[in-house]
Amino acid sequence: MSPSNDPMGPPDGADPRRADVAALYQELILDHYRRPRNRGPLEHADIALRKKNPLCGDVVELQLRFEGDTVREVSFIGEGCAISQASASMLTQQVKGKPVAEAVRMLERFTRLVHGDAEAAADPSLGDLRALAGVSRLPVRHPCALLGWTALAEALASRA
Amino acid sequence: MTSLIHRSQFPLLAAAPELVYLDSAATSQKPRAVLDAVRDFYENDYANPHRGAYELSVRATTRYHAARERVASFLGVRDADCVIFTRGTTEALNLVAGAWGRANVNAGDEVVVTGAEHHANFVPWQQLALERGARFRICEIESDGTVDLDRLRALLSPRTKVVAFAHVSNVLGTIAPVREMAELAHRVGALAVCDGAQGAPHLRVRFDEMGVDVYAASGHKMLGPMGIGVLAARRELLERMPPFLMGGDMIEFVEDDHSTWNVLPHKFEAGTPNAAGAVGLAAAVDVLEGVGMDAVRAHEHALVASAYDRLSAIDGVHIHGPGADARGGVLSFTVGDVHPHDLATILDTRHVCIRAGHHCAQPLMRRLGVSATARASFYVYNDASDVDALAGGIVAAKELFGSVAV
Repeated sequence: MSPSNDPMGPPDGADPRRADVAALYQELILDHYRRPRNRGPLEHADIALRKKNPLCGDVVELQLRFEGDTVREVSFIGEGCAISQASASMLTQQVKGKPVAEAVRMLERFTRLVHGDAEAAADPSLGDLRALAGVSRLPVRHPCALLGWTALAEALASRA
Repeated sequence: MTSLIHRSQFPLLAAAPELVYLDSAATSQKPRAVLDAVRDFYENDYANPHRGAYELSVRATTRYHAARERVASFLGVRDADCVIFTRGTTEALNLVAGAWGRANVNAGDEVVVTGAEHHANFVPWQQLALERGARFRICEIESDGTVDLDRLRALLSPRTKVVAFAHVSNVLGTIAPVREMAELAHRVGALAVCDGAQGAPHLRVRFDEMGVDVYAASGHKMLGPMGIGVLAARRELLERMPPFLMGGDMIEFVEDDHSTWNVLPHKFEAGTPNAAGAVGLAAAVDVLEGVGMDAVRAHEHALVASAYDRLSAIDGVHIHGPGADARGGVLSFTVGDVHPHDLATILDTRHVCIRAGHHCAQPLMRRLGVSATARASFYVYNDASDVDALAGGIVAAKELFGSVAV
């Protein structure tokens, strides 16, 4: 049974959020969810920050190693929904090797993407993270998309 | 299978025919009769009960008392003064743990709960034990979520001061053997406290015959308004128990250096009561008894049995807890590697409201070995089409996630 011929529910498009959700749970996000990048503990980490959403129990722990003003290595350990875990996986991919100032800019850009900024959603520097733009119209899921990023914000603040 | 009470009697459901509301274990929708009763109280009989010497206040007092009598009869409590109105189950349980617990639990004593409790029937007892230097003990549940009476018996001793357990699990739907558990508690001289938040809305409760010393319930889960609930307890227990909140209405005389307490039920109802809530709850009880609690139980059983079969037939769906016959109208499940929150989001876009998360039962989640589950719960307004929408939504979610890793 596919959503379009499901006799029980309204037809596709009856609720605009259904298209958002279909766009959100695309292959790229599910791929990061099922095959997370940079997952696991980091050797010689300078900082480890664990963030938990008490409402739903999603957990992301970010571990970072800095080299001067650069995020040399970053990994995450976590458990939770596809959005929180894929977002954390993409975060590590995008931030790894970047200067701290660039990571701060990315954090700001991604936060704007989650809150529905179309310009941020089209920013090529966000890479795979752009796939999460669909979350903007699902406000209950914003904390999921931002969970790893709240850890990153604290980690970067500690270097400022 | 049609609904037991048609959704046209629920203004919110009537205005949203597409809505598939499957979160009644969190809170129930409100029938027009309840909304009308609350409005009627405010429009015609509203004043502060117990206060005024004027006729309007007397009318408000009369309606508040009538509501108590009505709720007492619904719960099978002959002595209506033993029904204390609270904000809900949480406050009722905190009242007992705070007032009775602090006066009766001491160092070396033991406090027993089960591994399936809602935080409201877990944390107050855990904290009481920590504060009093008592031992907090958890009766582990069986793999199907039930409480084994032999296991409970082995855990109890003369040191046990209280055994607290849910009538119906809010996660697994398991119906507890209340009478037997109360008897085991009494055999060692312990208090038997029953969290009826998921019991009173769905099963016939006869407090006087159930054997428990305390029964707590929430109005909003049983068609009533938010912010009103009940604590039913044995009279001698309430009379021996010190008050919980202090203030107006609960005192008899206030001297400069001491005070004395009002009689039941007022001793435990400090401050202006939620009389409108009580009036609404009485109206809710009328609606439930209008169809009969046996019919409510039969209706939910039919829905949950049908949902159990439909969901079991979907590849990758795992249902937690016992079979349909041993549970109330609650079904907790997981769908392969589709996280419950993702499932809830996908169902929401199909207007299917389910709960996803730990359901205020983190100790139980640890025991089930999961961080979250999806939960569908049924009530009087649900019908077979709601089960269809749930099953259809789960299949759609699986499709969206592609090949679901089981």
